[in-house]
Amino acid sequence: MRMLAFSNRNLKEIVRDPLTVAFSLGFPLVLLLLLSAIQANIPVPMFEIETLAPGMCIFGLTFMTLFSATLIARDRETSFLRRLYTTPMRAGDFICGYMLPIIPISVGQSAVCYAAAFALGLKPDLGVLWSLLSIVPVSLFFIALGLLCGSLLTVKQVGGICGALLTNLAAWLSGIWFDLELVGGAFRDIAYALPFVHAVELERGLVSGSGTEALLHVGVLAGYTVLAIALAVAAFLRKMHRE
Amino acid sequence: MEAIRIEKLTKRYGTLTAVSELELSIHGGETFGLLGVNGAGKTTTVKMLSCLTRPDSGDAYLNGKSIVSESAEVKSIIGVSPQETAVAPNLSVRENLEFMCGVFGFSKDKTRSKTEELIVSFDLGSVADRKAGKLSGGWQRRLSIALALVGEPEILFLDEPTLGLDVIARSELHDFIRSLPEEVTVVLTTHYMEEAEALCDRIGIMKEGRLIALGTVPELCALAGKDGFEAAFVALVKGEKQ
Repeated sequence: MRMLAFSNRNLKEIVRDPLTVAFSLGFPLVLLLLLSAIQANIPVPMFEIETLAPGMCIFGLTFMTLFSATLIARDRETSFLRRLYTTPMRAGDFICGYMLPIIPISVGQSAVCYAAAFALGLKPDLGVLWSLLSIVPVSLFFIALGLLCGSLLTVKQVGGICGALLTNLAAWLSGIWFDLELVGGAFRDIAYALPFVHAVELERGLVSGSGTEALLHVGVLAGYTVLAIALAVAAFLRKMHRE
Repeated sequence: MEAIRIEKLTKRYGTLTAVSELELSIHGGETFGLLGVNGAGKTTTVKMLSCLTRPDSGDAYLNGKSIVSESAEVKSIIGVSPQETAVAPNLSVRENLEFMCGVFGFSKDKTRSKTEELIVSFDLGSVADRKAGKLSGGWQRRLSIALALVGEPEILFLDEPTLGLDVIARSELHDFIRSLPEEVTVVLTTHYMEEAEALCDRIGIMKEGRLIALGTVPELCALAGKDGFEAAFVALVKGEKQ
């Protein structure tokens, strides 16, 4: 009950922010349309719609990190959390209440991306549905990262680290915009040691129905997700008890 | 009846002792003012009493419940309005109140009636459907105190409730604080002497983590040998009492 009330409040706080809506829906859509237009003029395999759309869904999830981190950091800075710490709410209510409402936003964002991709020629089939469903567990990593950053950083720092650094890192190291094999070497190794490219390749495999390395991707993502959730919960509880 | 009993309450931050062996008793239904210059230990005391900070030693009992060993029970009988307004900015005034009802696990019917009751008592009707973040400081303060009352607290902590408000908004908030149910015990911290004088039944003055004076306004004026309360406060804090 308490957790649901808190989730509901957090959902409203996020979706009523016009910047949130503009960035989470508008930005990936604009990129999808722009890169599809480039693809129409200069065909590049990377920008074919069945390769591009799953990548764009994952890129969109980096905004979920930004939104959850900003919400938590702002609640800390405005003493809203301090007020709630003096109520009967428990640690689990806070953590689940912050994480759960961002899952439907993530799925909604990906659904809009795929809807636009259908208009651009993506074949609507079961693979897309699987990809959309897999956004639920994949988004947990990005949301937990937001909980971690929001617990440790100020709103201003969140803007810099999640808004600029993370979105750029995820963009470069995910293989969405360019083939990592073309760069090769340490850059490729670092990219494959991080979860972003695995999330993109998992989604692409599900859409194309050729998820030959799905287990590897799921394993890496699951490991990072568990680690991110554990660190986020530890950081949040530490801050809560310090308060 | 005693609403708050504080026994040798102590809090240290590194080498700094923010509150040192505080002993105090606050009566039920009393409006008690905690005064002191910056760093005197008022906010740390309120944080400990509202279970936000754990004391290093000592204990306090709020209506018989220990802040050390029964913090969950203490949280169910207190309301806190922090120094900052601490409202949900993208929720309307009504939604803020409904959310807080959810935090206290109220049913739909009770949520509806409690929200309406607070909107009426705090005269929030004209802004009930406006986003809280778009309201003026005075309206936000009003909402902040209303939020602290949702859980029907037996003890209410108001930390600098009129900070940054103009004289009219401050006077209106004073009226609201005076109109609180008389069974509610109020502990308020403030830097405004006239506010303490106007609202508080008794006042405790803190300095360097210790309670240096306690009493009604006339008692404190007599203790300091001054006619006005502000002069008495200054004299007591500077140790110039006659």
